[in-house]
Amino acid sequence: MRFGRPIGHFVVLAMAIAAFATPSFAHIQRGEGGGFLTGFLHPISGLDHVLAMVAVGLWGAQLGAPAIWALPVTFPLVMAFGGFLGLLGVPLPGTEIGIAASAIALGAMVMLERRPPIYIAAALVGFFAIFHGYAHGTELPPGESGLLYSLGFVVATGCLHAIGIAIGTIHRWTAGRVALRIAGAGVGLAGLAFLWRAVT
Amino acid sequence: MKANPTAAARWVASALAVALFPLPARAHLISTGLGPVYDGIAHFALTLEDLLPAFALALLAGLRGKDHARHVVIALPLAWFLGGGLGMFFTAHPPIVPGWLPLLALGILVASDLALPRTATTTIAIVFGTLLGFENGISMAQTGTGGRGVLGASVAVFVLTTLVAACVAAWRTGWLRIAWRVAGSWIAAGGLLLLGWSLR
Repeated sequence: MRFGRPIGHFVVLAMAIAAFATPSFAHIQRGEGGGFLTGFLHPISGLDHVLAMVAVGLWGAQLGAPAIWALPVTFPLVMAFGGFLGLLGVPLPGTEIGIAASAIALGAMVMLERRPPIYIAAALVGFFAIFHGYAHGTELPPGESGLLYSLGFVVATGCLHAIGIAIGTIHRWTAGRVALRIAGAGVGLAGLAFLWRAVT
Repeated sequence: MKANPTAAARWVASALAVALFPLPARAHLISTGLGPVYDGIAHFALTLEDLLPAFALALLAGLRGKDHARHVVIALPLAWFLGGGLGMFFTAHPPIVPGWLPLLALGILVASDLALPRTATTTIAIVFGTLLGFENGISMAQTGTGGRGVLGASVAVFVLTTLVAACVAAWRTGWLRIAWRVAGSWIAAGGLLLLGWSLR
């Protein structure tokens, strides 16, 4: 067989290329959906984040207007600022302690049904939002879209707020108010556990 | 058939070397296979850096009412098309609009719900439409999609802004207004984080 050897070589070459080829990215946006999903799952994969974000919604529902709409509008921006600091490499010591403290403080506010002026409530929530944003913003897996990852975790956080606000609508009933305060106590206790884990 | 192991090894080695060090092509346009107009539409629909500013402008116009919306749905696609046409003559031009800027600026305007005059809303639409269209025109000229691609993208801009602005203008009271503003806040947060990623 006269052409056997060159054909064999070409087959080996073709198989090696096919087996190890990195896919071409021309015309196909790869890793985009993955980036959004990774970002979306990040806040909801940690109970400390979930409880603190839901507590923001619960507290907003307790406080009523204008806090109930001011907090969901301002929180993502302040949280993004925290992520921005993290991306720039600005050191923020005690991030995990700050996140645990946010669950304690927000849980306590819900439990005690505190009604401070709107600017104090916004400042408190904004302060803790920086810690949450800092933690999310620095953890983009390599090869994924930064914008989609960012949008994913901002949207997930907003959804957690919405869940908190929806649960908080039971505040209109007496039994609901009691249930909310118990829920606040639960968030605060969980925050203590997170704090213990962070400092030990 | 007696194979020459040395020659085969050379082929395998060269094949592995080719396969392990590929340089993936990263053309920025989508090829639908349906022609340049559809490529332009697909490019707009799948490029968040274009899609989100147009969405934010539609939110901004819709929140200000039908009069603003009517001006923006004409001004934005027209500016996009003219900017795109201009961009096709500057194929070697470096990017002039960082991706984070329209997201952050327009997101903040939507989230803050500023009572802008109609002239301001329309001017903002013209400025961002021209700049984003210009960038589109550069990339479409580079990849051979050309003017029909720019036309497709401009039509997609028109359809999106018309639908979104109409919905927002029709439903912009109570909770829905807050929802639109929260969407603006998410877009601004994404822009701020994108700035962080670009500075990282």
